[in-house]
Amino acid sequence: MLLAVLSGFIFALGLAAFGRRFKGRAVVLSALLPFGLFAYFLSLLPGAAAGQPAVYRYAWAPSLGVELSFHADGLGLLFALIISGIGTLVFLYSAEYMKGHKYLGRFYAYLGAFMGAMLGVVLSDNILALFIFWELTSLSSFFLIGFKNEEAASRRSALTALGVTGAGGLLLLAGALLLVYVTGTYSIREMLTSGVALPEHGLYPAVLCLVFGAAFTKSAQFPFHFWLPEAMKAPTPVSTYLHSATMVKAGIYLLMRLSPLLSGHQYWHATLITLGGVTMLYAAVHILFRTDLKGILAYSTVAALGILAFLIGIGTEAALLAAAVFVLVHALYKAALFLIAGIIDHEAGTRDVTRLSGLGRIMLPVAAAGFLVAISSAGAPPTFGFVGKDLIYEATLHAGPWSTLLTAMAILANMLLLYGGFVAGIRPFAGPLPEEFEKAHMPGPLLWVPPVLLAALSLLFGLAPQLLEGMLARPAVAAMVAGQPDFHLKLWHGFNLVLQLSGLTLAGGLLLYWLFRPSLRLERRIGRLENISPKGITEGLARGFERFSGWYTHLLQSGYVRRYVFIIISFLLALVSYRIFTSVNLYIDYGRISSMATYEAVILLLMLVATLIAVFTDSRLAAVAAMGVVGYSICLLFVFYSAPDLAMTQFAIDTLTVILFVLVLYRLPKYLKISNTRGRLRDGALALAFGMLITVLALEVLNEDINREVGNYYAEHAYVLARGKNIVNVILVDFRGMDTLVEISVLTVAAVGVFSLLGTGLDIKKRGEK
Amino acid sequence: MTTTGQFLFAPLLFQFFLAVLLLFLWRRTDLQRWASIFGNLTGLGLASVLFLRVWRGGALSVQAGGWEAPFGITLVADMFSATLVLLTSAIGLAVAIYSAASVQELRLRLGYFPILQFLLMGLAGAFLAGDIFNLYVWFEIIIISSFVLITIGGERLQLEGAVKYFTINILASVIFLTAIAILYGLTGTLNLADLAVKAKDIDNQALFSVSALMFFAGFGIKSAVFPLYFWLPASYHAPPAAVSAVFAGLLTKVGVYALIRIFSLVFTADPFIYEFMGWIAILTLFTGGVGALVQNNIRRVFSFFIVCHIGFMIAGLAIFSRPALAGAVFYMAHDIVVKANLFLLAGLIFKIRHTNSMKKLGGLYAEYPRLSLLLAVPLFSLVGIPPLSGFWPKVSLVLAGLEGRHFLLVGAMLLASFLTLIIIARLWAEVFWKNGQAPEIKPNAGYFPDMEPKRRALLVAPIAMLALASLYIGFAAEHLQLLSERIASELSDPASYIRAVLP
Repeated sequence: MLLAVLSGFIFALGLAAFGRRFKGRAVVLSALLPFGLFAYFLSLLPGAAAGQPAVYRYAWAPSLGVELSFHADGLGLLFALIISGIGTLVFLYSAEYMKGHKYLGRFYAYLGAFMGAMLGVVLSDNILALFIFWELTSLSSFFLIGFKNEEAASRRSALTALGVTGAGGLLLLAGALLLVYVTGTYSIREMLTSGVALPEHGLYPAVLCLVFGAAFTKSAQFPFHFWLPEAMKAPTPVSTYLHSATMVKAGIYLLMRLSPLLSGHQYWHATLITLGGVTMLYAAVHILFRTDLKGILAYSTVAALGILAFLIGIGTEAALLAAAVFVLVHALYKAALFLIAGIIDHEAGTRDVTRLSGLGRIMLPVAAAGFLVAISSAGAPPTFGFVGKDLIYEATLHAGPWSTLLTAMAILANMLLLYGGFVAGIRPFAGPLPEEFEKAHMPGPLLWVPPVLLAALSLLFGLAPQLLEGMLARPAVAAMVAGQPDFHLKLWHGFNLVLQLSGLTLAGGLLLYWLFRPSLRLERRIGRLENISPKGITEGLARGFERFSGWYTHLLQSGYVRRYVFIIISFLLALVSYRIFTSVNLYIDYGRISSMATYEAVILLLMLVATLIAVFTDSRLAAVAAMGVVGYSICLLFVFYSAPDLAMTQFAIDTLTVILFVLVLYRLPKYLKISNTRGRLRDGALALAFGMLITVLALEVLNEDINREVGNYYAEHAYVLARGKNIVNVILVDFRGMDTLVEISVLTVAAVGVFSLLGTGLDIKKRGEK
Repeated sequence: MTTTGQFLFAPLLFQFFLAVLLLFLWRRTDLQRWASIFGNLTGLGLASVLFLRVWRGGALSVQAGGWEAPFGITLVADMFSATLVLLTSAIGLAVAIYSAASVQELRLRLGYFPILQFLLMGLAGAFLAGDIFNLYVWFEIIIISSFVLITIGGERLQLEGAVKYFTINILASVIFLTAIAILYGLTGTLNLADLAVKAKDIDNQALFSVSALMFFAGFGIKSAVFPLYFWLPASYHAPPAAVSAVFAGLLTKVGVYALIRIFSLVFTADPFIYEFMGWIAILTLFTGGVGALVQNNIRRVFSFFIVCHIGFMIAGLAIFSRPALAGAVFYMAHDIVVKANLFLLAGLIFKIRHTNSMKKLGGLYAEYPRLSLLLAVPLFSLVGIPPLSGFWPKVSLVLAGLEGRHFLLVGAMLLASFLTLIIIARLWAEVFWKNGQAPEIKPNAGYFPDMEPKRRALLVAPIAMLALASLYIGFAAEHLQLLSERIASELSDPASYIRAVLP
């Protein structure tokens, strides 16, 4: 099973290496990969049905809790079969649709990687592995939406999609880790059986928010749905595969998978029913305002995803069964409708439904397929869609106190879905053939066979839903409910309320289809509301955030060194003084401070005056001289405190510094005051405060007893062991000789730096050349 | 002192001799190139041997001049230090190769290679120092050589960046030195292990933790945390790409290393500091991410990312549980490799298009599909697209954050990850996807397409090498995780460090 999941990635890597040779027959043959996977997953079905699903484990990074553990139970297999099955058809279809494209290899590489990632999502038992694959689906979707990368609109849509799903992905990471923290295991199965009653846990709302955030962004629920219609910029096979049949259902899958763990609390049910309901109605109404085939299909996909979330929210066994069946129903008819839209686009050169008509005369098999899947989407007998819609009504009718309202919502959504299906699957083929399309012709079999096959399956499962019952539907539902589910899939339930509601839906939908004409005018009219749509608001927020970022960044990163230094010193001042005044017991132990002789006081006064001169003078020379005075005074203090060797060193350094300064100053331009009085006062106040702080610190340190162990060791051993009479020298060259060695290197580097700066700069060289 | 400890000198002294050798080859820049490449290859070998010895036998230490600790200067290689020395050598090798092909002859004639080697020596020394003042001295050589490397060539942009860089870093050194003075006044020792022992006996713990704050500010400037990071975005786009790559990979990490070292070894008593660091981490993550969002020059984008991602490591230190420390260490290793590579990548793009402006760049994907694929590795590793290298440490850090109930910190980490994702995706769209414009041809500018194949290979090889390292970290995450966990357990129980130094 590891190979099955990873084969998509291996395929992609192979294409990255040998992409140029990938054309002609090899492309068609590549469909054998998903087909092989499809066959393989079919062979796993009996095991899942018998309650002994195939399992595979590989400890990838066990210290981080990540295992590649795959678990092919009914729910996982339902999705895996859709992924590999539709994958096969999309691989075949693209061979013709993308024929001769310059980057065909790249395209298939992304598709292969996506397939691998998506299989990983639905089969992983380890929640972190699920997250890893989840992110990979987002990433491959990014590359596929942006496949026409020279178009600005494609790039923008790709970024939008990645932004929304990427944000959701991070929420999933947090949610997954929170679940790990709460349940103490990384395995989803163990979470379900751990016995932790999550809805009673204090962190339950947080977990729920995070999981919902992930699922709603990925599965395009209101108000995060807007990336999905945008994603239609991708080539049609991609829209079919990722943005209708599989990837967008990853969020639904997540909800289904975690439903036994998280459901049972009002938060779960109310949120899902509300948001799912809003999504399905909002998106379904939007279908009416679209004229682009793919736009219509995108919104009807969003509506379908809303229905799924809505059903999971109801959460009864009947609702979950309806959801599981509807996943398959929708994948079959919507993928076919997308493929058909691609054919129409390919042959007629437009996807505008107000212009399309009569194509049935040219491509009859496609028209037949279109008709079948359209009535499946309408939920009319004898298609699979009818079975699905019956189950939905069955679920809403038994949904407790709100059942009437919920049923009404479902009926309304289904009417609009019928309309969408008919507009996309029937209208382009019906009626007279306009002149502009007379040159269109029947597409090659690679294009028309896949939708026909899907349509045939929609019909077959409609006529004989019991084919799915034991092998697929029951194990899938068993993964979501406690105990053994008990139900039968039938096309015909007799004349009951559900059937009457179905009739009502059909009648209403058909009426809408007859009476309502999609038009550009309406599309434009709704376009005016763009600014207050979730998309407009999100974009506005993003722009606002970007503006804020610019303001914030330039506020701090102003470009002036003096401001940087100001901030840094203020930070240190605030931090240290806060700590000192709140926690340190401030006092001065006068007993430790030696009395001050007159000459010492004179020296201190001298230093003070010199410092003030350095600060206030307008002449650089005077400032340097004043600093020299401070330096010499320090030397004198060293002399007074019987450290003549230190004094001599300091003396030499100060003299050199002053001389160097004077030499450099001589070459500098005239002194300019660039700061105003207010700025100088502010800087002065800060400097003063900081100086006082350091003084306080120094005084406080003086209060403590110094541990003289190290100093005494030096004094005792300098002569005995190191054979040196001057302790300072011995410390410098022996006890701590390494410091000195490195400091010598510092001087060397500085010398090289001076050499390289002095008149050898590139700019100067260039100037010289000119 | 054992004889095995003596080996600790080897990587350090070798760097020193290599630097001196390069100085002697002053005018022979052709020889310098080869000496630098093969020298750094040998350096990598020595660092690997050191790493393996520590891995097998535990922490090593050696006393310089044979003066017993705490009287002399101690060098220590525990697992943390040895790992960082190894990474330093790896970056050193990559950059030496890249420099040989990319740095202009004029700069080489001004002593580029010797100074680079001094910088690498300083970095290795800082990671091995077991004495706080010795650490200061290593910081000095790092600052001065990086300053010279920024200015080398003396273009206006470089000098402007260098002034900001130097001013603020010298300020950091002064703060660091003051903090050392206070600490010495309180304890009478400079040896880190000895400090760890004596820390418990200090009467005035409050004053002790004030000195800790001073250290935090000093090292915080070096690590470029909020609000002390200004020097970094102001200077990293200025020098040649190879130089920025060393800086990006290692300079800030030395600061982070120092923070992790002293706040796990010496100052562990004060909970206020960790809480405070949590806030700093949040603001750093935010400020860096937001800053990267509004840049147009890709090198500036990466500079702000350095700031942003330092936040992850500080977050790990702030949470201060064993998994959090492991996450911080893992993040550090990943970040060293990726950040260095990003600047090499920016340099390569500059060689191809002669601009680093996102608005002007474009079309690389169509023109160089395989190269683009290679460049995608560091870019998406940075984002942490699983299972690439940036993803794994986030697992530890977020989980540790949740366990410690630092929800705001977790939120900041997620926000920073999100910003990184968006910004890199946009960068990808702008630089690689968008249709390109032909570069404005400047004469003798040395375009990538005009180069001879050998030189091109020398430019691409280091990027490929570091990309492979990233892939290895990502796909064999278990290895680095085990290492990080071992480091984290050594850090949270300093007894083994102390035992290695004080008999």
